[in-house]
Amino acid sequence: MSPEIAAPNAEVVAPTTAPVSEAPSVVFDVRELDVYYGEFRAVRDVNLQVLQHEITAFIGPSGCGKSTVLRCFDRMNDLIESARVDGKILYHGIDLYDPRIDPVEVRKRIGMVFQKPNPFPKSIYDNIAFGPRLSGNKGNLDDIVEHALRRAALWDEVKDRLKKSAMGLSGGQQQRLCIARAIAVEPEVILMDEPCSALDPIATARIEDLMQELKSDYTIIIVTHNMQQAARVSDRTAFFTTEVNSESDTRTGVLVEFDSTDKIFSAPADERTENYVTGRFG
Amino acid sequence: MTDLISPDVEQLLFDATTSRSRRIKNRLASIWMLGALVVAVIPLALVIGYVLFKGIGQLSVAWFTEDLPAVTRKAGGGMGPAVVGTLLITLGAAVMAIPLGILGAIYLHEYGAKGRTARLIRFMADVMTGVPSIVMGLFVYTVWTLTFGLNGFGGSLALGCLMLPIIIRTTEEMLRLVPDELRQASYALGNRKWRTITTVVLPASFGGITSGVMIAIARAAGETAPLVFTIGAARNLNLNIFEGPMTALSVQIFGNAQTPFDAAQSRAWGAALTLVAIVFAMTILARVVSSMVARRHAA
Repeated sequence: MSPEIAAPNAEVVAPTTAPVSEAPSVVFDVRELDVYYGEFRAVRDVNLQVLQHEITAFIGPSGCGKSTVLRCFDRMNDLIESARVDGKILYHGIDLYDPRIDPVEVRKRIGMVFQKPNPFPKSIYDNIAFGPRLSGNKGNLDDIVEHALRRAALWDEVKDRLKKSAMGLSGGQQQRLCIARAIAVEPEVILMDEPCSALDPIATARIEDLMQELKSDYTIIIVTHNMQQAARVSDRTAFFTTEVNSESDTRTGVLVEFDSTDKIFSAPADERTENYVTGRFG
Repeated sequence: MTDLISPDVEQLLFDATTSRSRRIKNRLASIWMLGALVVAVIPLALVIGYVLFKGIGQLSVAWFTEDLPAVTRKAGGGMGPAVVGTLLITLGAAVMAIPLGILGAIYLHEYGAKGRTARLIRFMADVMTGVPSIVMGLFVYTVWTLTFGLNGFGGSLALGCLMLPIIIRTTEEMLRLVPDELRQASYALGNRKWRTITTVVLPASFGGITSGVMIAIARAAGETAPLVFTIGAARNLNLNIFEGPMTALSVQIFGNAQTPFDAAQSRAWGAALTLVAIVFAMTILARVVSSMVARRHAA
């Protein structure tokens, strides 16, 4: 990999490194997180902190458990029957896996954007209004829809066809619609699971720009298999890899290194990270 | 230029003889398939054409409004009670079977999934689909008619039992076609499971569920055997399905066609045409409704 890609763009990193005066607050504090599917341990010993108004990227080779970990933050792993979690994810000090926690309430505060754009087969308007309607929002739905679409940089493209089906949009537009749909619920955090992997480079660039804009209001965690993307957009990067369990011939994901993106891509502490970010494996 | 083509690439070109035999085979296969289609459509067209030809003469205003004649061998009278009977009895069956069937399918696919209860119910539904309708009629005869007498509701029960497994199985198939991504999108927005089903899954599968329901209704509306045991034989209009005997188009077709009298046989043809028209009209109505809903939801 060429050095200018390995070293992240200075402009992008600048805003987060500048305000040193006040320490950003911790949104998620992950402690000794293990995720199991049945008896199989998919990920082990994850420790990391996600800071407010930052973009945290999870990178690593396929099967390293980065998506699995991401899905713990909004309890989406609950939908997989055999999934089980050990350890703690503290969200502003409250353990998300406390038995008293209502996962549905968690998901209202922590939105998610998926790998494949998944708009509902409804109109553009109804897609955005879906979340607000659920929570019985009595505010002006038109305003909410417009605001969410503007925030997702989609308004100008769709304002004349709000009543048309969302299925008629291009892939990139659909993904921005999904971001707008998540924003309309007014979450604090947006989780993105490889949001650009189904998009062309131009649509990808638009989503990346959008992430930079959203950062001032939201905390973002993005899983990406694209190292350059992590380097371009994120403030902090977690590198995961897989370990082969010699007895059972299964693979368990581990968190190798978690640091500022700058550090991960220019001076990683672990040799495995260096091998990965320089393209020697993965 | 042609002499520049290397031998490796030349294999890509059709050689004249294989190309010709390939074209002939292609043509033969196409003709064969077209022929199969025509043969399959012929009986359907003949049935509809013949019913139309024999039955159209019966239709008039009186046909739909007047009671059945006291003496079947003479012309005159109408089919009013049978038309109303078919509509009411089928409606009664639909009112019972549609909600039960759809809720059952929701349980099977969204809640029970691969559990033992769900597997058992799914198996029973499959068995129930194969139960001959006359057996269903006998069943309702023993559990309902012997106690409450002959009435339209007995017929509705029997037809409902026939419709239920069809609705359960087709609805479950339609729910299976709803991509899991949509459910996940809904959950990720903080939507509870039951609301995900009502706001995302059911609207997305509405068209398919409607056609499944229509198939069930069409099948039930044409059933004769279960009604013969349960609804009795009325000549007069009876609007109360819970009290007293009724009649239905299918029963009238069966009864009239068996007699040696011309008037009665024409009446059977008229009833057949009316029944076909009712089922056809309902199918078109369902298509229109589901395409209207689909236009509102999908691309």
